[in-house]
Amino acid sequence: MEIPYTVEVRPDTGIYNAKLGIWLFLASEVMLFGGLFSAYVLLRVGAEPGTWPHGWQNVALGTTNTIVLALSAITTLLAWVSCKVGQFGRFKFFHACTLLLAATFLCIKVVEYHEHLNNYEIYLTNGQIADGQMVENDPKHDYLIITGREVTDESALIDLRSQKYARETTFQIPRSEIKVMQNYGPWHNDYLALYFTLTGLHALHILAGSIVIGYLWGPGRKLWKTDPARFTNRVEVSGLFWHFVDLIWIFLFPVLYLT
Amino acid sequence: MDAATEQFPPSHGHEAHEPHGSHKAAHHDPGFWRGYIFSSDHKVIGIQYGMTALLFLLFGFFLMILMRWQIAHPGEPVPFLGPLLEKILGQPAAGGVISPELYNSFGAMHGTIMVFLGIVPLAFAAFGNYVVPLMIGAPDMAFPRVNMASYQAYFLGGVVMLVSFFIPGGAAQAGWTSYSPLATSIPTHGQLFWIIGMVLLITSSLLGAVNFIATIIQLRAPGMTWMRLPFFVWAQLVTAFILLLAFPPLEAAAIMQMMDNVAHTSFFLPTGLAVGGKLAGVSGGGSPLLWQHLFWFLGHPEVYVLILPAMGIVCEILATNTRKPIWGYKSLVYSVLAIGFLSFIVWAHHMYLTGMGTEISAFFQATTMIISIPSVIILTCLLISLWGASIRINTPMLFSLAFLPMFGIGGLTGLPLGFNASDVYLHDTYYVIAHFHYVVAPGTLFALFAGIYHWFPKITGRKMNEFWGRAHFWGSFIFMNLVFMPMFEQGIKGMLRRMANGGANYSAAVVPGAIDTLPGSIMQLHTWILWAAVALGIAQIPFIVNFFWSIRHGEKVGDNPWQATTLEWQAPTPPPHGNFAVPPRIYRGPYEYSVPGHDSDFTPQNEPEIAAPAMPKAPIPVH
Repeated sequence: MEIPYTVEVRPDTGIYNAKLGIWLFLASEVMLFGGLFSAYVLLRVGAEPGTWPHGWQNVALGTTNTIVLALSAITTLLAWVSCKVGQFGRFKFFHACTLLLAATFLCIKVVEYHEHLNNYEIYLTNGQIADGQMVENDPKHDYLIITGREVTDESALIDLRSQKYARETTFQIPRSEIKVMQNYGPWHNDYLALYFTLTGLHALHILAGSIVIGYLWGPGRKLWKTDPARFTNRVEVSGLFWHFVDLIWIFLFPVLYLT
Repeated sequence: MDAATEQFPPSHGHEAHEPHGSHKAAHHDPGFWRGYIFSSDHKVIGIQYGMTALLFLLFGFFLMILMRWQIAHPGEPVPFLGPLLEKILGQPAAGGVISPELYNSFGAMHGTIMVFLGIVPLAFAAFGNYVVPLMIGAPDMAFPRVNMASYQAYFLGGVVMLVSFFIPGGAAQAGWTSYSPLATSIPTHGQLFWIIGMVLLITSSLLGAVNFIATIIQLRAPGMTWMRLPFFVWAQLVTAFILLLAFPPLEAAAIMQMMDNVAHTSFFLPTGLAVGGKLAGVSGGGSPLLWQHLFWFLGHPEVYVLILPAMGIVCEILATNTRKPIWGYKSLVYSVLAIGFLSFIVWAHHMYLTGMGTEISAFFQATTMIISIPSVIILTCLLISLWGASIRINTPMLFSLAFLPMFGIGGLTGLPLGFNASDVYLHDTYYVIAHFHYVVAPGTLFALFAGIYHWFPKITGRKMNEFWGRAHFWGSFIFMNLVFMPMFEQGIKGMLRRMANGGANYSAAVVPGAIDTLPGSIMQLHTWILWAAVALGIAQIPFIVNFFWSIRHGEKVGDNPWQATTLEWQAPTPPPHGNFAVPPRIYRGPYEYSVPGHDSDFTPQNEPEIAAPAMPKAPIPVH
């Protein structure tokens, strides 16, 4: 028994099965991210005035990652085109680039996560708030060291767009002076909760896409010898997924970094 | 000219699509594991789904019996099952009494199991898997291995849900709707298991939905144009689209609730949330309404996931047993498409009491009234189809006929809930419970029973026993109504749902002299409902016995015992791997019964136009 239209196109629908399947899957992905984006809209609109953070992201790293993903979209397309014209060597080269770019993206993401998770907001007993990157937090010492600044009011930490060049110093804080301390994880506020959830889910998609592309690039390439048309279709379908994941980032970047 | 016919020149089209070695494959024995457990054959997967879902339905029914006991006899040990419960669940069932926490767990899990592990897998996945590829003349689903993965995800999700009963603190307790912040505030891990189970079930539905849509679009046999599709296939197509697009927002919500649980975010937790009289210590700023919106964005389309396949099944059975074409086939198709679209914009009628605003309520009230129009069109078409028919009464037909008034009651009692003003009074009472159970239990479930009796001969080659089938029907019909009809009365008198003691603390007996207490006659109905439910359970015994007995001992029948026109009955019985001996070709619509001038009162879809009356009813003419 053979399922029809696994490789060849069905004339009246103009599409082969897997391509239709991936488009349907992407439609559901739109709804998945749509649900999360609608959460973003609702929570942001419903936030108390003046409490929604701005300028909390490293725009330089975000822009780099945007370029990285845009380049990977190009290499993915070229990899598929190479299969189409029968140049398997080029396919291997372009998808090697895709995989490297994906790895670069994830590495930069890890750096960004680390920046957030290592950033502490410390309420001091004298009413001041210290905010900055943790430099030393050795339980043996009765102090910790951060690089950042001290402010008198929490509202000074909300909108950082105009404070890009605020003076940062490295200073010690005795543990006895700490009232409450919390790092900038997803528990810190709704903005970071959305940031970590949305980018985390997106990073999982990048990882999943890399595994599929890595499979086609590695052990899956055997199919090229026996059934090149089918292999090319697989490259196309995985490429469609990859472009979708890139597209999600195109929405995430302005929503989370630039506004 | 239809494109599907054009692309397959009859002269050589069959050779082109003659699967290589299809006959070999049909006789190839894949062995026990590949054949029954890890099978990618749509029929085996359909049976797997069906059996698992029936077991879950039975399990969900037992949860309900236990809850009904607790409602009718609060604080009294459960007879017979009490010691067993205590042994299995320990402290929450101490002394064989169902504690309020355990009652809440049972309530949440009864809803979850019946909807996500019982009805949907049976109506959509089981019937869809077995019947749809046969009906459209396909050799299998478009993605057989994805299909297998879909069942495995479902099975795993079911296991996670079952396991959650045995973890410390027990299963989820926040109702099947899992409203935050309640769901996040209960200090046990039941909710986490619920979320993980749901993510698996959502994955399963997603894979299934993609597969069904791709199959119906891509694998229709030559000549099977859109308007020649049996209505059941249309219903399944729309259901698949609903599952595809409505479930992911719940997945998004589940991810966020999991973050609230595990990473202590505040997606659904408002500022200043206090739990047990103490500040919860969360960052706040979240929105409980957000959860409700996302939940009901799935939750309401889900109602149509439950009902559309049932309507499809009833339509097939009515057409077969009235021996005449379905009245208004095109109206049915456009109505089901309209329902599919509208089902996405009615969700907030579950939320009139949340304070989301009168303008929003007015909008959803309007859309809710609009969606009742296509539903009524479908029911009316099915009803008019009976007019002037020479009706054949058998078990599937009895269940299908009962579906019409039962679903009618369920649908019509929904109107007062759809109106903002009357819903304010009826919301969260037993009236709501009676309403949606009329839609799903004597509605959908009857259609599913009808489907089982109807397609059983195709699956096994034997009919189920007719006498015990009718006994099953009449028992179910009578006791189903005795269970749910009194709940309307209870709800109208103001009895709230989800109370572990059945509202005893609002009864005239406990608080005499208070205004608007529940009178003794209303409280008394609890006992009636309990025994009606027990009787309903007993009425299922003939079905269970009949089901297994008939697999080996039922009356042997041929390929087409009901003399039906649709393609699944033209395939061999049981259909082999790859389904059709020769790929079928379709020449006509799905319901050509009693065509004037034809020598039999049914004309199968694959019977050629030019066929002489003497032409044998072979699956496909080979040119």
